[in-house]
Amino acid sequence: MQVPAQVEYERAGSVEHALTLLARYGPAARVLAGGHSLIPMMKLRLVQPEVLIDINGITDLCYINLTGAQLRIGALTRHAQLLESSVAGEHFAILHDAERVIADPIVRNWGTVGGSLCQADPSEDLSAAFAAMKGTMIIHGPDGSREVSAREFHAGPYETVVGPSELLTEIRLPIRPGGGSGYRKVSRRAGDWPVGAAGAAVWLDGDVITDAGIGLTAVGATHFAAAEAEDFLRGRTATPQTLARAGEIAAENCRPVSDQRGPADYKRHLACELTTRVLGVAVARARGLMA
Amino acid sequence: MKVTLTVNGTEYARDVEPRLLLIHLLRDELGLTGSHWGCDTSNCGACVVWLDDTPVKSCTVLAVMADGHRVLTVEGLANGASLDPVQQGFAHCHGLQCGFCTPGMMLTARWLLNNNPHPSSYQVREAISGQVCRCTGYENIVKAVLWAAEYEAGG
Amino acid sequence: MTGPGVAGQETGAYGAIPRKEDARFVRGQGTFVDDISLPGMLHGAILRSPLAHARIISVDASAALAHPKVEAVLTGADLAGRGLAWMPTLSADVQAVLATDKVRFQGQEVAFVVAQDRYAARDALELIAVEYEPLPPLIDARTALAQDAPLVRDDVPGRADNRVFDWNAGDKTATDAVFATAEVRVGCDMVYPRSHPAPLETCGIVAASDAVTGRLTVWSTSQAPHAHRTLYSVITGLPEHKIRIVSPDIGGGFGSKVPVYPGYLCAIVASMITGRPVKWVEDRSENLMSTAFARDYHMHGEIAATADGRILGVRARVLADHGAFNATAQPAKYPAGFFHIFTGSYDLQAAFCEVTGVYTNKAPGGVAYSCSFRVTEAVYLVERLVDLLARELGMDPAQLRMRNLLRPEQFPYTCPTGWQYDSGDYPRAFALALDLAGYQGLRREQAERRARGEYMGIGISFFTEGVGAGPRAHMDILGLGMADGADLRVHPTGKVVLAISVQTQGQGHETTFAQLVAHELGLTPDDVEVVHGDTDRTPFGLGTYGSRSTPVSGAAAVLAARKVRDRARLVAAATLELSPDDLEWLDGKWRVRGDPDRGAGIAEIAMAAHSSLELPDGVEGHLDASAVYNPPNLTFPFGAYICVTDVDPATGEVTVRRFIAVDDCGVRINPMIVEGQVHRGLADGIGMALMQAIAFDENGNCLGGSFMDYLLPTALECPSPELGATVTPSPHHPVGAKGIGESATVGSPPAVVNSVVDALAPFGVRHADMPLTPANVWRAIQGRPVRPDLAVS
Ligand code: FES
Ligand code: FES
Repeated sequence: MQVPAQVEYERAGSVEHALTLLARYGPAARVLAGGHSLIPMMKLRLVQPEVLIDINGITDLCYINLTGAQLRIGALTRHAQLLESSVAGEHFAILHDAERVIADPIVRNWGTVGGSLCQADPSEDLSAAFAAMKGTMIIHGPDGSREVSAREFHAGPYETVVGPSELLTEIRLPIRPGGGSGYRKVSRRAGDWPVGAAGAAVWLDGDVITDAGIGLTAVGATHFAAAEAEDFLRGRTATPQTLARAGEIAAENCRPVSDQRGPADYKRHLACELTTRVLGVAVARARGLMA
Repeated sequence: MKVTLTVNGTEYARDVEPRLLLIHLLRDELGLTGSHWGCDTSNCGACVVWLDDTPVKSCTVLAVMADGHRVLTVEGLANGASLDPVQQGFAHCHGLQCGFCTPGMMLTARWLLNNNPHPSSYQVREAISGQVCRCTGYENIVKAVLWAAEYEAGG
Repeated sequence: MTGPGVAGQETGAYGAIPRKEDARFVRGQGTFVDDISLPGMLHGAILRSPLAHARIISVDASAALAHPKVEAVLTGADLAGRGLAWMPTLSADVQAVLATDKVRFQGQEVAFVVAQDRYAARDALELIAVEYEPLPPLIDARTALAQDAPLVRDDVPGRADNRVFDWNAGDKTATDAVFATAEVRVGCDMVYPRSHPAPLETCGIVAASDAVTGRLTVWSTSQAPHAHRTLYSVITGLPEHKIRIVSPDIGGGFGSKVPVYPGYLCAIVASMITGRPVKWVEDRSENLMSTAFARDYHMHGEIAATADGRILGVRARVLADHGAFNATAQPAKYPAGFFHIFTGSYDLQAAFCEVTGVYTNKAPGGVAYSCSFRVTEAVYLVERLVDLLARELGMDPAQLRMRNLLRPEQFPYTCPTGWQYDSGDYPRAFALALDLAGYQGLRREQAERRARGEYMGIGISFFTEGVGAGPRAHMDILGLGMADGADLRVHPTGKVVLAISVQTQGQGHETTFAQLVAHELGLTPDDVEVVHGDTDRTPFGLGTYGSRSTPVSGAAAVLAARKVRDRARLVAAATLELSPDDLEWLDGKWRVRGDPDRGAGIAEIAMAAHSSLELPDGVEGHLDASAVYNPPNLTFPFGAYICVTDVDPATGEVTVRRFIAVDDCGVRINPMIVEGQVHRGLADGIGMALMQAIAFDENGNCLGGSFMDYLLPTALECPSPELGATVTPSPHHPVGAKGIGESATVGSPPAVVNSVVDALAPFGVRHADMPLTPANVWRAIQGRPVRPDLAVS
């Protein structure tokens, strides 16, 4: 088996401690949460941090709770916990849809929500789900904390706005009435990364879409979102034709690249097809027609 | 770096490099070679062991991350001479051929049954879907787990 | 379920008994190569070429040698000094052990580091500086014979192009004549993509050389320990009796553990140099990038028939991509393996195939990945063609097959390319499969669904394999006839130890072979201990691949047991003071004719043979016996498979809903194990049809170098198979058994592809190449298929 290069190791017992360690080591350090993205990359020696700062001991970053009209998810929450959380599922079906198809059950036991987001793989599922839900991320740094929109969290492939001395601590999702959501992914096999995937949330007033959120992953969508399609939907009646048109707009605005998972034209087609389908699911759920 | 962990009920202390993977600690340092490895990318599940109460891919956990924790490996599945029903099921239902994936499969199966004593065959398939078997086509693994479930239910 | 109860199936010690080997495996007490740790053992790691084609300017290992934990570094130059930089392949070519002149594929072995632990060995690889001069790589096999193609094998003096071989079989004139006059002709280009057997355990070795005794002991992942011993002796010049090969428990092989790999030789040389045991176990990317690929056939097939659906002939032109070194593993006279069994299961007049092998800048291999030596490619070709013909004729593919299957009375049947099929009742097996599937109901359901805009497919494949190589007149590997030995020791108390030459990788030999012997000797399988995988303790034989264990080694075990039985008869006669002719073998004992209560079983006779009894002529004092089995022919298992899929044409997703498999492998020793073999092969076939393929980009980068990129099916892609069995014994095998290890891998891919293409028929799709990933299915519907051997674009 391939093995990581030599590395130093520090264990952080609290957020403050982690920040102190990050300040001490600077860009040579990497935060180690579940490690299920980082350790394989270290084994393949695609990344070679000098120091790992293990935050698994910060158990108070492991939570899912309702605070006012927000669902708050601690960054160290394991994927399996999010999948099992009834409060998350009740308000955000999209999260359970997505978690069910992220990696596999064993990886989900240990991999963390924050770790997945910070890995910032352009094919990451939760990035699209949180983009669709228009969530925000709480980032702690030496000067306190800041809140960043999910759509500003990523700075590019494998890059986020979390600075070298900062730590992602929480994800917040606003709960608004009248909403429904869903997630649909096409992959070559269970546990594989998506060839393309779409998440959607809609809020209805009667049949009229008051707001919509569309997240796309693996298809080169800016900020994992389909803003133009959302704009199109706002104020329109939720008919199959409208949803299909939104799918087309989403597809027109993404920039997929060909790889072994699929050619660019297929991925663009998927962006349309899956957006349309998942909007249908979100609408059905908003109307209470679907679990 | 010093690590102390409890494996199959026995406490071990070792001085290791921080980069040492848990699978190598188990196999090379503790001589527990029942856990295997089969890939570099956390895809195959040959290395599955329990860390505290859940199965993990021990190729994707540093040994130092297991400091202070409990680990269960295939060597700890049986209770003395009496095999765990999951082990019995695998032998009874021809749930293994080369035996390489088997330890990881059995550890996941044990966890599944602890949490869901009456799984459907789909739930069994889903539970082991992060683990590759190249020999059985999974059919008899599924049967083995269902056999163990039935056995434990007294059937 | 199958078992006793299937017509033609014997009972006795045969039957679905649990496996003996499982006791250790379920306790985690198997011993695989990487579990072996010897005092003072060192660890090897290989530096591999990042480039597909480049001249090596220099290799500088000085920094690695300065690493405090590094004990030695081997380079191509070091090996050249010992005459070991190149080694013979199993196909009369040579392969670089460590590159000296050029690297010819990405992942080729360049240097070997030996260090005190595996982490340090890996670290030291980064300290070796290699200077390369990149050369244009040859990636697309279809351009390999072009004038301006880069020359891969300029190491061979006089070689001017990339042709490995041209080979053909059948009667070209007769076939062309059939095609010229046939009413219907259908043709198709198809690719059987490069894939990898990817057993869960990668390849590995522990080599321990003892300078004092001159002995070399090797523990390795070998499917063929005796053949490896001979090969190591030939390569290194070590006397063969000083070499001992041990194959401990093997974590799957599927053909990939037949060849000798460069890493093995490096570890052996390193052990000789350092005087310490050296372990090398490849990691998964090394496994996928450098060892044992399979398939990679670009095929054009044609089928000719009458307008009413009588198949007349088939022909095929094949371009075979062999990678940088011709390292295929198969009987020497057959450069394309047994591909010429591509006439399949049908009664036809003429057939002709021609195969051209070419070198490319890709990993060598061409191993039999559960394919009975290219029968997989052959069956895929003919079964796709039959479906294409059915489409052309507007006939139901089941009806077309039933109409053309060989009839039972035609056996033994000599096919147009010369294979003599030993036995078969094809219509019976096919009818059973159609029945199990509820075929007519499925067709009705399909029509109803289509009317609703749902696309389900029903795919059929009927296959015949030739397995159990093989007859020594035609088959050898490196000049070694493909025979296998068996030694049987009968202890005084009647307990038996059987030593065999073949090597299980999960097939359950410790159980099946015990059953074979127990059955012959009136014992229980628990009375028989099976010894295997240690060349010092077992007789010579060529090993386990090509489904040959039961057909060849199993036959040897039975013949040895029958020798024991014959000798026991003499002893029994002596103890009973009767003539041997007065005794008959009945219900597991030698009994007195006409007085069956008088007699003796093997245990009593064994004790008598060791006692002070005055021994009769022909008995030397015990019952031990050995046998070597030279098969007179291959065995020809066959089967009928039906796959039901659901296809979402808008996303291209394929779900395998049902898989019905009827296999006839002759007499089943342990039906449970037989069914397990079928389960495995069906998963393999689904994997190959839907996801397992290795492509290369234009620079020769391997695009399937990890389990993230080379996908293997999980439990969620594999349906719960529905199995059936018929039993048509082999007339020439001592117990009527045929091989089963590869049947389902051979038979299932065309069933899946036929099913998906059937589902897509309303879209006008007549063929789609594997792997049928969602993207490839969607592209097939668009009429713009993807080339599965190249980077997706
Ligand atoms: S070794 Fe493959 S997942 Fe751990
Ligand atoms: S039994 Fe061989 S890999 Fe599962």
